Amino acid sequence: MANTEVREHAHPTVDVYLRVAAALVILTVLEVGVFYVPAFHGVLVPVLLVLSAAKFALVIMFYMHLKADNKFFTFLFGAPLLLAVGVMVALLFLFYGALTLRGAAGAG
Amino acid sequence: MTHAAHAPTTHYTSMGLDSRKMAFWAFIGSECLLFGSLISTYLVYKGRSVVGPYPHDILNIPFTSVSTFDLLMSSLMMVLALAAVQRGDMKWGKIWLFSTALLGLVFLGGQVIEFTEFVHKGLTMSTNLFGCTFFVLTGTHGAHVAVGVLWLLTLWVRALQGRLGPANAMTVEITGLYWHFVDVVWIIIFTVVYLIQ
Repeated sequence: MANTEVREHAHPTVDVYLRVAAALVILTVLEVGVFYVPAFHGVLVPVLLVLSAAKFALVIMFYMHLKADNKFFTFLFGAPLLLAVGVMVALLFLFYGALTLRGAAGAG
Repeated sequence: MTHAAHAPTTHYTSMGLDSRKMAFWAFIGSECLLFGSLISTYLVYKGRSVVGPYPHDILNIPFTSVSTFDLLMSSLMMVLALAAVQRGDMKWGKIWLFSTALLGLVFLGGQVIEFTEFVHKGLTMSTNLFGCTFFVLTGTHGAHVAVGVLWLLTLWVRALQGRLGPANAMTVEITGLYWHFVDVVWIIIFTVVYLIQ
């Protein structure tokens, strides 16, 4: 298979690129909007994280072509990303979580 | 001497994938770990500063929202540049490449203004934990944007010299991968640092 080109993907059309850009702008306006609306303050963090994740997914799927590209590229990007998110969650639990090693020892 | 665009020698892996593209995705994966560690550090030290200024005293959401919009639009320009180069429309390829670099420069200008304002308000790297982690995180991102702008301008000059064409579309695509990655990192920073205070 070496020295043989595999057709990796068909890139989206300009029309798709423009639609994704419009979606990104709308999501950003929503993000800033919920930040200023007091009614959303109770659910601000989950709403912002969902909106941010949606923007992230749109860019990597359509602008970075992962949706249609070879799945090995998704693995090369996704595996370290999951590791980074895992480290982040673990650190946040260690520093802010109710269950800490010291807390668990004290409770025991 | 002619400068006709020519395709670089392309190597394919045993999986039949372009080796440059595969290596670049691996590099982007390593960048995920770099920014993951910087964002984690920011979050871990969040709210632990014992002296001000604190994030809610100093962060300017309207200003940063405009910077975010600017960077998102630069990503659109980048994919339009790639599409133009792939179909051999080098006139628009040059326009979109330069527009992408220009929007990147606007973003960097905004970051310089923001940093200067923060320093005038008393926030430096050594003021408190917020200042230290904020400047390291956003400064590292800004350095990546600066590298991206230089890269884009290099491609633009090559296009002006007639040394960039459809045969080099993969070079433009790899530049685009870097630029979009810088954009997705900012999407996270904008939410985690600026909006979730």
